Amino acid sequence: MAQEKKLRLSTAPHIHCKQSAQTIMLDVILALLPCAIIGVIYFGKNAARILVLTTLSAVFAEYFSQKVAQKPVRIRDLSAVVTGLILGLNLPPTAPWWLCVVGSVIAIVVVKQLFGGIGHNFMNPAMAARAILLTSWPVRMTSFVYPQLFSQGVDTVSFATPLQGGSATLFDLLIGNVPGCIGEVCKLAILLGAAYLLLRGVIRWYIPVCFVASYLLFARLFGADAIAGVLSGGLLFGAVFMATDYTTTPMTARGQMLFGAGCGFLVALIRSFGTYPEGVTYAILLMNVATPLIDKYVKVRMYGERGRAA
Amino acid sequence: MNKKSLRSVFLNGVLTENPTFRLVLGTCPTLAVTTSAKNGVGMGLAATFVLIGSNAVIALLRSLIPAKVRIPAYIVIICTFVTVVQMLMQAYVPELYESLGMFIPLIVVNCIILARAEAFASKNGVLLSMADGLGMGLGFTAAITLIGCIRELIGAGTVFGLPVMGPSYEPMMIMILAPGGFIVFGSLLGLANFITSYREEKRMLREEAEQ
Amino acid sequence: MNELSRILLFMLSCVLSHNFIFARFLGCCSFLGVSSKVETAAGMGLAVTFVMGLASLFTWVVYHGVLVPLGLEYLSTLSFVLLIASLVQLVEMYIKKSSPSLYKSLGIYLPLITTNCAVLGVAILNVNNDYNLLYAVLNGVFGALGFLLAIVLMAGVRERLEVADIPKPLRGFPISLIIAGLMSVAFMGFSGLGG
Repeated sequence: MAQEKKLRLSTAPHIHCKQSAQTIMLDVILALLPCAIIGVIYFGKNAARILVLTTLSAVFAEYFSQKVAQKPVRIRDLSAVVTGLILGLNLPPTAPWWLCVVGSVIAIVVVKQLFGGIGHNFMNPAMAARAILLTSWPVRMTSFVYPQLFSQGVDTVSFATPLQGGSATLFDLLIGNVPGCIGEVCKLAILLGAAYLLLRGVIRWYIPVCFVASYLLFARLFGADAIAGVLSGGLLFGAVFMATDYTTTPMTARGQMLFGAGCGFLVALIRSFGTYPEGVTYAILLMNVATPLIDKYVKVRMYGERGRAA
Repeated sequence: MNKKSLRSVFLNGVLTENPTFRLVLGTCPTLAVTTSAKNGVGMGLAATFVLIGSNAVIALLRSLIPAKVRIPAYIVIICTFVTVVQMLMQAYVPELYESLGMFIPLIVVNCIILARAEAFASKNGVLLSMADGLGMGLGFTAAITLIGCIRELIGAGTVFGLPVMGPSYEPMMIMILAPGGFIVFGSLLGLANFITSYREEKRMLREEAEQ
Repeated sequence: MNELSRILLFMLSCVLSHNFIFARFLGCCSFLGVSSKVETAAGMGLAVTFVMGLASLFTWVVYHGVLVPLGLEYLSTLSFVLLIASLVQLVEMYIKKSSPSLYKSLGIYLPLITTNCAVLGVAILNVNNDYNLLYAVLNGVFGALGFLLAIVLMAGVRERLEVADIPKPLRGFPISLIIAGLMSVAFMGFSGLGG
């Protein structure tokens, strides 16, 4: 009986494929590169420093926590690199060095390794770390600047993002001529990464599409500018890279649609009625928490089983 | 087991069966009021007072209280002491009373106190029960003061209101908010488990070596 | 803002932004103790909802109808505790008689609720915040639904982590507390909802 409990049983067909954790992570890193490169071009060498720092400290944190727990060191699966990189892309380009290090250590040690490492964490480590940083140092985490590329000389003043009441045209939002986190401003780079991940079959369309669609629906319902809302803040970045994390999202297609729709609804709710101007991080975390229940009650249909006769 | 000394009963409460870290009782106040070291001490001492008083009275009346209505009787006794504490604090330390808020009246349903009444005071003499109350109370006080210190240190850069981290330290605010309470308490509990099992292991090894 | 939308926002804030577990730390013992299975967690949550709704009603009536006119406010804690204990007893007896099936699913949780600080907590909160009867009952019912939401989500996560390779000293209470901490981080996203 005890043995039985430890096995995850799923119905046939069981498909073997060549994908391993490492190749998937490598694909994700490649898909993140456009955002990272654009971020560095836009925001200068401070952005580069932040990305390197978060990635390195995530890998070191993973290495040391696996050593301390006397487990095999598995930093070669590259999951720590992905976590560090995503966290870095979610920081404002003004972040000091210690913010990067603390964030990475929280993501890897508290959110991931305490629960047994890759595949066992119930929350997206980078997102949880970002939320913790945001609550701990709200001013540091919201000191946004305009990309240096477009506005020389004013990079030391912090500005309100469009969600905080700053103004921007749709075109500015699309190319990223807005203050914001390093990786989330340029929507074209994000779409490029999304296209790559979809083509490679690393992610499926259910979550990102349902996320955006449900946001459009509810934002309109709550009376917000829905189109600009999709292109503002971290919504697209979150929908493509964070809401599609394998470990913390449902396994079935229907479950994933529900997950995406829930995220979109929560973002619209928090943006319209909450204290925070941006709700993507929290929406994804909240749906992460609900994922075990979604998996429990939205079951995989047995192979060969027809839809339930009405 | 029959001959309990006051000292051993007292130490049992502080260390071996520490209500917070070993028995994991009274989690609500442990999480809620430990935003600062001072609150921790205040809450702990208030609970200690109630514990000693209720243990003493229950031990005194233990042969008079019918078994069937013992729980309501205990609650009435505990409640009396809580009301006394509530009034005393309101009169003499109104500031502390304000910051502990509703968790002072909630000492009534703190499971440590009812658990000690049922498990100890209903079976032992007055003096022993008071020693148990003192030990358990101080164990609780020490534990929540420790949690309070850690949260205050990281979350505000001070301990008992005194700045200790230097002016360039930017406090990690989440530690004095709700998530910090859960995470600090959880980590300390894990640490306590680790130390206990480590010592257990060492003792077993020593015993094996002796045989 | 009209009264109806104010009430709706109040209900929302009771469930989400002022969640009993993640913001008020009330009812943590049962939250940590009875959350290893989703079904039992739901049972506990429902039982708490039932009792908390009734308790806010009765304690409000007793406080404003008896204690305040007689000038006996200092007896509020004592009378609330006794009221809740007898309420739980009555509810248990009533359910046992009227609906054995409901009793089977909720019965074992009812005695535990007497010492659930959320129930006494809601009574004290209602007094401290000076709520009128409607708001007091809504606070009880929707606060308890927030508890239900929290404990069911918690149980889902814990069921999933049953197979996880959690470091040995952290198994049980410590990891549950850390899960709760991370969940309360997520719930901070709701801050400001409904005031």
